[in-house]
Amino acid sequence: MHPQRKKRLHLIIFLVLAVTAAVGLAMYSLSQNINLFQTPTQIANGEVPPGRTIRAGGLVVAGSVERDSEGLGVIFRVTDGQSEVPIYYEGILPDLFREGQGIVALGQINNDGMFVASEVLAKHDENYMPPEVQAALDQAHKDGKASMQEAMENAREEADY
Amino acid sequence: MLDTAMLHLPEIGQFALIMAFIMAVLQVIVPLVGVNRGQLWLMGYARPLAVGQSLFLVISLVLLATSFVMDDFSVAYVAANSNSLLPTPYKISAVWGAHEGSLLLWVTMLGLWSVAVALLSRSLPLDMVARVLSIMGMVSVGFILFTLETSNPFARHLPSPPQEGGDLNPLLQDFGLIVHPPTLYMGYVGLSVAFAFALAALMSGRLDAAWARWSRPWTTAAWIFLTVGIALGSWWAYYELGWGGWWFWDPVENASLMPWLVATALLHSLAVTEKRGLFKSWTVLLAIFAFSLSLLGTFLVRSGVLTSVHAFASDPERGVFILALLGICVGGSLLLYAMKAPTVASVGRYEVVSRETALLVNNLLLVVMALAVLTGTLYPLVYDFMGLGKLSVGAAWFNTMFVPLTIALAVLMGFGAMSRWKSDSVSRLASQLWLAGLLAVVFAIVVALVVSEVVSASVVVGLGISFWLVFATFADIWKKARGRVSKIPSLGVSYLGMVIAHLGVAVSIIGVTMVANFSIEKSVRMAPGQVETLGDYQFEFTEAGTIDGPNYTSQATRFNLYKEGKLIEVLTAEKRRYHARGSIMTEAAIDVTLFRDVYLSMGESLEDGSWGMRLQVKPFMRWVWLGAIFMSVGGLMAVLDKRYRRRRKKESLA
Repeated sequence: MHPQRKKRLHLIIFLVLAVTAAVGLAMYSLSQNINLFQTPTQIANGEVPPGRTIRAGGLVVAGSVERDSEGLGVIFRVTDGQSEVPIYYEGILPDLFREGQGIVALGQINNDGMFVASEVLAKHDENYMPPEVQAALDQAHKDGKASMQEAMENAREEADY
Repeated sequence: MLDTAMLHLPEIGQFALIMAFIMAVLQVIVPLVGVNRGQLWLMGYARPLAVGQSLFLVISLVLLATSFVMDDFSVAYVAANSNSLLPTPYKISAVWGAHEGSLLLWVTMLGLWSVAVALLSRSLPLDMVARVLSIMGMVSVGFILFTLETSNPFARHLPSPPQEGGDLNPLLQDFGLIVHPPTLYMGYVGLSVAFAFALAALMSGRLDAAWARWSRPWTTAAWIFLTVGIALGSWWAYYELGWGGWWFWDPVENASLMPWLVATALLHSLAVTEKRGLFKSWTVLLAIFAFSLSLLGTFLVRSGVLTSVHAFASDPERGVFILALLGICVGGSLLLYAMKAPTVASVGRYEVVSRETALLVNNLLLVVMALAVLTGTLYPLVYDFMGLGKLSVGAAWFNTMFVPLTIALAVLMGFGAMSRWKSDSVSRLASQLWLAGLLAVVFAIVVALVVSEVVSASVVVGLGISFWLVFATFADIWKKARGRVSKIPSLGVSYLGMVIAHLGVAVSIIGVTMVANFSIEKSVRMAPGQVETLGDYQFEFTEAGTIDGPNYTSQATRFNLYKEGKLIEVLTAEKRRYHARGSIMTEAAIDVTLFRDVYLSMGESLEDGSWGMRLQVKPFMRWVWLGAIFMSVGGLMAVLDKRYRRRRKKESLA
């Protein structure tokens, strides 16, 4: 082989190996570090195993925020309109955290079905709804409608008898 | 009352914007026709048209600012983003506080860069000037059209305008937000100059050292703005968001980091192209990617496709428009590249151990970093698009990718800056640098032992690569100056600029290492009179009260900060409620020294008069941004090097 070509071939092989290694490393660590978003309904249905780090979110249920009398612990519930999930967090809540606001939290479900958050995010803009929360609300709304329709149809069928 | 002339200001502003659009269209067509027909008088129109276009853009921007200052709430954009109580400097910065105005600022800056090219290109052949300005005109046409079609800032609320405006988002009512967006935009848009130069060179088939030399100072200038813009954004997020974090791997931060990484690669690749006539097509490709990534950044921020702290309410139509612009820009330039690049031959040889190789590896590392950021940023989008669900890529992932690449890059920098063009030898480099390497390792271990009882690998490595960079750089200066301090100034402004920029990298890495490893914080419930200890510091909660601001009222807490029993500072943290929107903002109190920040911010008010407080001590925080200042100063020195001007003079004589 021409020495120039050989040199180029070596370079290409080196590059391909380097890129493969980089992509492999990236994909491996990506699989370790992604946090799936789960809706309150999915959590309430037990679709999420305890101990796995996920993101959960929804609207903060009015009147559900309870604080510790000592320390900075707080418990509140979030809803997607269909199911509610209790969230425990210890620390400073963001400025835009309030009842009725869409929030996203990062954490794990414990064995009692409580979501223990290590981080609670609310966004900069009070009119802004996190897209995940919006999608969860829409999904629950759709599911709710579907199940209501089903119930109505069942009732109608029963009435027909 | 507003008088009649004033009532028409927004219309005049819009008219000016339309005029600018017409000028931009002419700026695209006339010079190109001139180039094709070889008619100098047509090419000669490029400069006056660029000046005219930007004049109209400036008029338009000034009129929008005037509407803000005069509280003309009949303009929908003003009504949505200002308020009569807003202090005047913030009324002006509110111009770029939301989408429409930031776009206008974006195109105006593009106009100003075109004018700069028009005025500072006396030594360039006229056909190159014509091509470059024509290409910049194309970008301008796209974005002015976008502004006029989807995001007109001059649209009116008629017939019944509101009496009062909705106010500027309180987060943006801050000095950092007056300066951060314009600086960052200058950087984004400045990359269009490098892009236009690259495409112009491709079109003319003159991808040579002269092209690289013209392109270099412009690329460096844009890179300086990007560097400062990113640092300002980080600094703003640090003190304004109240969390004390300085980088969140948020999609919008990533959007600014990607073009920076590629622009950094471009700077180094241009050096090779200028000095050695190599890597030409690679350099062109980097110029295309750098600008495309800044467009992608604009798309990500403006389309709202990503969950981000910056994602303000957005509009899908706009996203589609920007995506189309991005597609045309990337597609068109890559097509041109595919047609023309095969005719470009890089001549010249270099050995495996040489400065060329070092810079090539530097480029690869920087591009891989940019790709990693791109992957992490777009992965959730692709995942969602395929219907697999919603997810986020955590900061941990970005750190895993970034830390090893940064280490490799820093190690390489020590060798690269000292290596010779064409051919060098491992033994020569080793003989020059073994002492620097040894000292770096020893110092890193000693310092790590001094600062904490537990020596962690990450501290030793972080400090080690920083010290290595510093010592290797000094070894190089020592060698080049032949051991005489008096000779250092004669080494050349460009070279010293590089030295300072590289030292800046070391300074930033030291800052990041120290902050990441030795920051301490705690969130506590505190009542007035209570004292909390964090590290060497005592925080005494002395009083709580209220403060009245111009357009807000804040609940405030005052603390005495003691170190080893001695009062060193009185800190006042605030929690502001802005009247117009009723929104609440945390104002952290920060005590700053070069070697540590003490950061105090308020959480919620709890019953019995106590507050949730967040206390933090962050060693070497300032160094993170100080490094960016070093890099910018280094870049500035490189731009100002007489070399560029002197050579141009020679060329114009020839």
